[in-house]
Amino acid sequence: MLNARRPNPLSARPSRRGLLAGAGALVVAFRLDPKSARAAAGPNLADVKAQPNAFVRIGADDTVTVVIKHLDMGQGNTTGLATILADELGADWRQVRTEFAPADATLYNNSLMGPIQGTGGSTAVANSWFQLRKAGAAAREMLMAEAAFRWKVPVSEITVADNVVRHGPSGRQARFGELAASAASLPVPSEPRLKDPSEWTLIGQKVPRLDSVAKTNGTAVYSLDIRRPNQVTAVVARAPRFGATVKSFDASAARKVAGVRDVVQVPTGVAVIARDTWSAMKGREALTVAWDDSTAETRSSDAILAEYRERAKGPGLTASERGDPQAALKGAAKVVEAEFTFPYLAHAAMEPLNATIEKAADGGYDVYAGFQFQTVEQATMAAILGVTADRVRLHSNWAGGSFGRRATPTADYLAEAATVFKASGEKAPLHLVWTREDDMAGGYYRPTVLHKVRAGIDGKGAVVGWDHVMVGKSIMIGSPFEAMIVKNGIDSTTVEGASDTPYALPAYRFGVHNGREGVPVLWWRSVGHTHTAHVMEVMIDELAHAANVDPVAYRLSLLAQAPRLSGVLKLAADKAGWNSKPQEPGRGLGVAVHESFGSYVAMVADVTAQDAAIRVNRIVAAVDVGVPVNPDVIRAQVEGAVGFALSAVLRNRITLKDGRVQEHNFDAYEPTRMSEMPKVEVHIVPSQVAPTGIGEPGVPVLGPSIANAVFAATGRRLRSLPLDLSGVKGA
Amino acid sequence: MPKLTVNGEAREIDADPDMPLLWVLRDRLDATGTKYGCGIAQCGACTIHLDGQPVRACQTKLGDVGTAQITTIEGVNGRVADAVQAAWRKLDVVQCGYCQSGQIMSAIGLLAGNAKPSDADIDGAMDGNICRCGTYQRIRAAIHEAARSLA
Repeated sequence: MLNARRPNPLSARPSRRGLLAGAGALVVAFRLDPKSARAAAGPNLADVKAQPNAFVRIGADDTVTVVIKHLDMGQGNTTGLATILADELGADWRQVRTEFAPADATLYNNSLMGPIQGTGGSTAVANSWFQLRKAGAAAREMLMAEAAFRWKVPVSEITVADNVVRHGPSGRQARFGELAASAASLPVPSEPRLKDPSEWTLIGQKVPRLDSVAKTNGTAVYSLDIRRPNQVTAVVARAPRFGATVKSFDASAARKVAGVRDVVQVPTGVAVIARDTWSAMKGREALTVAWDDSTAETRSSDAILAEYRERAKGPGLTASERGDPQAALKGAAKVVEAEFTFPYLAHAAMEPLNATIEKAADGGYDVYAGFQFQTVEQATMAAILGVTADRVRLHSNWAGGSFGRRATPTADYLAEAATVFKASGEKAPLHLVWTREDDMAGGYYRPTVLHKVRAGIDGKGAVVGWDHVMVGKSIMIGSPFEAMIVKNGIDSTTVEGASDTPYALPAYRFGVHNGREGVPVLWWRSVGHTHTAHVMEVMIDELAHAANVDPVAYRLSLLAQAPRLSGVLKLAADKAGWNSKPQEPGRGLGVAVHESFGSYVAMVADVTAQDAAIRVNRIVAAVDVGVPVNPDVIRAQVEGAVGFALSAVLRNRITLKDGRVQEHNFDAYEPTRMSEMPKVEVHIVPSQVAPTGIGEPGVPVLGPSIANAVFAATGRRLRSLPLDLSGVKGA
Repeated sequence: MPKLTVNGEAREIDADPDMPLLWVLRDRLDATGTKYGCGIAQCGACTIHLDGQPVRACQTKLGDVGTAQITTIEGVNGRVADAVQAAWRKLDVVQCGYCQSGQIMSAIGLLAGNAKPSDADIDGAMDGNICRCGTYQRIRAAIHEAARSLA
């Protein structure tokens, strides 16, 4: 086995508080800034350690197991990361398997997040690119060195392909499995030769996804499927209003329900512990809890937006500015003034939140979940359980979706699981389940946001000024990550995609007010870009219309310094037949282009809008993500972003009435269904730049491309999301 | 104690007759291939076959199953099942995969009764199965592919 001596990942940490505080102090750039992504992904090879032992094991049976430090929640990074290493190694794809890494911030951190092991910001492939290429190349060279030693031939005459090492001149060859055990003891080359792109056999090709078999025969294990011997199942009764606390509870009826074992109070509510899921749910139905709402958020979402509208009258904190937009707008020939509102959105992944915790014979703990911030989660649980982080072993499972929900700076649902486990007496393994209702009404939403924009053009149609204020709750303020991300009171995840716009606006100001309501908010697939891209792309479209210029041409005129953005815009327009638009009444094309997380995406939407119904017929997308490691996975992610975000564009809202979330299940918060799915075509720009991500970048342009298509189809300009043609809610 | 036939095997179940079959499968038989997504028959993740017909296990009470043959993703087999699973893999349909047991059971049910489904037939049979990862385009293509391979 190539990793005969695996480094011990369980080294002790100085203190639990120190770990969290240390994480804060050491992280330089947690959030992926597109410029830093390019910098980090650039060839600084000397800084990247070749660590084959941490990332690959080769068995005597020839299987090649790639260790995946990230969470695969459907975005296909297990296939992507394995592709990178396997190509450099020279492996036969049919022999490649993957397994999830344990928690270890030294070996498995996300280099774009600092000393944190975690998945997010569409960074998995970007931060792993050189790391895994080096690991694979180093392993290849160790196998070559072993063969050269055995056969007494120059290593320069050795070749590697498809799990076989060959010496051409003599015809000798050996399988990986025959060489690996000995090769593992050789010194690890610190600067292995990376393949030239012309030598790639897997990168850039269609390779079968590694998880397709297990996920189509019922054998893929998600954490909701974990069954530990003698485990008990718990559900927690949580307050209907955020910030409320338990005043009192009556467990007498709950305890009488068949299968219920115990009822215990925890910081987040009252836990019912039972023999199985159904009994726990039934037990909770019989539970009576009185809530203290004195510290709770009791307003409705309408009232919160109304407050936002008031606050937007003021300038807010300056996120970015150039020149004097207000003066410029005074001299404008035409001014477009618009308000955009966005509701709270739930992640609504198919697998509701859950975790299983078990105490081991050695006094440590084994935890099973779809961990998205492994080392933060490990440290948080350890602090609650009263042990050092190395005593909490994480076992990562496939995750049934996340879209950001599993990653909270406070590790919320895992912290809760630890408190319930502790309160249960830790005797039996505890399987904590959030029902769909718990998951949907439990907070941590994409924030509700209001934008107010005034933009103007001169007599020739050129933009002269852009004055833009937004109001939304910061994801990071008040969180353990605040010090890293929030500068001068401004959270970059609120304003990203607007305040750093690549459009060549001669005078502009982006101001932001931070919302203060007591609703927990979180990143939701593409974060700030979910609203900023919509506003920018609809406003630009409105200016193009005011200038009587084609929307694609208008954008290109403002993107002369942004070649990759211009490139995807032109490609999408070309492939969509932009210049031969549909002539049927009620049908139109709309375009949007946006950069997020270092990747560039344009979409053209073909929409039919009649009466109050919007039907999306086709989406033509063009994406530039640098080297496309797995083109088919990239296409799948863009198709998937359309399917995921379409219902948010057309109808989804999480609303509060008197502080209570109104939507508890898929009947009231309905995701996109098969019959609504448009045809999606994805065109990938060929590139040799280091790869950037695609998990999120497909989302931001969907809404504005559809809104702009509705305008082309009907002449009606809808701004806010979800799009409402009925006129009842207004634009 | 109620008896069930699951994937051809007779099993005795120690549970309340009101317990949904979903939880009998997942928590009494440790047959976790059938998934919980909503509990109110809105998402289709719990789709199984009762005498070959797709039903939502979250709405099927243990006490109502009787002698019907239960087939889950772990045990489904035959020409149609093989074609569906092969098409799913050929087209790399899955992303997170959590909904796919239910999708596949619904698709097998569709093709078992309709050898050449139209797009409208597919909408009708599959609209009850939600996929948050948005794999619908590939699911549709895989159903057409499976139909072609069975023809």
